Amino acid sequence: MRKSSIIVAGALIGLMSVALVKFGNPANMGLCIACFLRDTAGALGLHRAEVVQYIRPEVIGIVIGAMGSAMYFKEFSARGGSSPLTRFVLAVAVMIGALVFLGCPLRMILRLAAGDLNALIGLAGFACGIGMGIVFLNKGFSLKRNYKQNTLEGSLLPVVMMGLLGLLVIAPAFVFFSAEGPGSLHAPLLISLGAGVIAGVAAQRTRLCTMGGIRDAILFKDFYLLMGVGAILVTAFIGNLATGTFALGFESQPIAHTDGLWNFLGLFLTGWGSVLLGGCPLRQLILSGEGNSDSAVTVFGLIVGAAISHNFGLASSAKGVTANGQMAVILLLVVVAVISVMNLPMVTEKAKELKEAM
Amino acid sequence: MAVIDTRGMSCPQPVLMTKKAVAGSGLTSKVEVLVDNAAALGNVTRFLKSAGFKNVDASPNGDDTLIRASK
Repeated sequence: MRKSSIIVAGALIGLMSVALVKFGNPANMGLCIACFLRDTAGALGLHRAEVVQYIRPEVIGIVIGAMGSAMYFKEFSARGGSSPLTRFVLAVAVMIGALVFLGCPLRMILRLAAGDLNALIGLAGFACGIGMGIVFLNKGFSLKRNYKQNTLEGSLLPVVMMGLLGLLVIAPAFVFFSAEGPGSLHAPLLISLGAGVIAGVAAQRTRLCTMGGIRDAILFKDFYLLMGVGAILVTAFIGNLATGTFALGFESQPIAHTDGLWNFLGLFLTGWGSVLLGGCPLRQLILSGEGNSDSAVTVFGLIVGAAISHNFGLASSAKGVTANGQMAVILLLVVVAVISVMNLPMVTEKAKELKEAM
Repeated sequence: MAVIDTRGMSCPQPVLMTKKAVAGSGLTSKVEVLVDNAAALGNVTRFLKSAGFKNVDASPNGDDTLIRASK
């Protein structure tokens, strides 16, 4: 892939994110995979936080766009079977961390581009979490290989997304739509869906990943993906300046809190988990569009993580972090640490030896 | 010559496996890497070029792709 393509992809995503807010999405939430999967979980009644319930067409568009692009370029390949349940648990952790911070890594970039300095602390946490994950990658951490699956297995998440689009259009009584709060704020359906498709194609072609950008820079001194992330930041920053939505500071930032420690730790957890999963929430959507059913399981983990977050009072709000959220982050850091250690070759091979000796 | 089979591995493992093989054998001037997805193909190719391999080419190998590189 050429450097120019990933810069164009990042720039497109940055500009569309600012535009989506102009068209009606919540502030600094033009695109946020964690928030949008959370809203979708709410719309399906998996949680009952009334202010965050809406089937977000952007998410549907991203998966469909990635699938169309992968098929067109003959890159669609049904694969799976690489520790699916471990991935599910990691995804729950990634989502809970993101909702303590209030946004996935993509929204962290968008918040930063709008002058929200709390996101800078989130970025520091995210980068340190990635560093932690890299320690385990360098020691040989692996969720083991995947295998070829039949085409249906690789197509099911895109099919589910089409089903969600159907529910959004038909809007049956059992689907919840927020009457107020962030869930009630959204761009028109076709604009959201179209922006999602464009983002899906752009990210599929370039492998854009917010976690991968920092990971590859540290691990391989490879700045290809980071240039895409940089392009999102720069164009969204310019877009925010142009539309008057840039406001520098910590206080009174939209859908954000100022608790530095938990902004840091929330995204630390998300960064660490994302390294083990091999991609940020955006990248998981793209991979699931390419037929990767491990990533599809990860997306379901993210959705369930969002439901748990709101049902158990873990998610933060503009008022701040909750005590339950703090406990959950600490508990999940332990869980992610155990997963990190248990999948090291020195542990898995030792276990094999012991089994053979018996 | 080092031969690395990265099939089934998701990124960044194909690159890490290549890196380990290239660094581990010290004077490796030839390497072959078998990859089974486009992302790994791009990442491993980019890594090999940055690691000083001048001739890097990829050819289809059944359903997979074989990357041959030499210094």
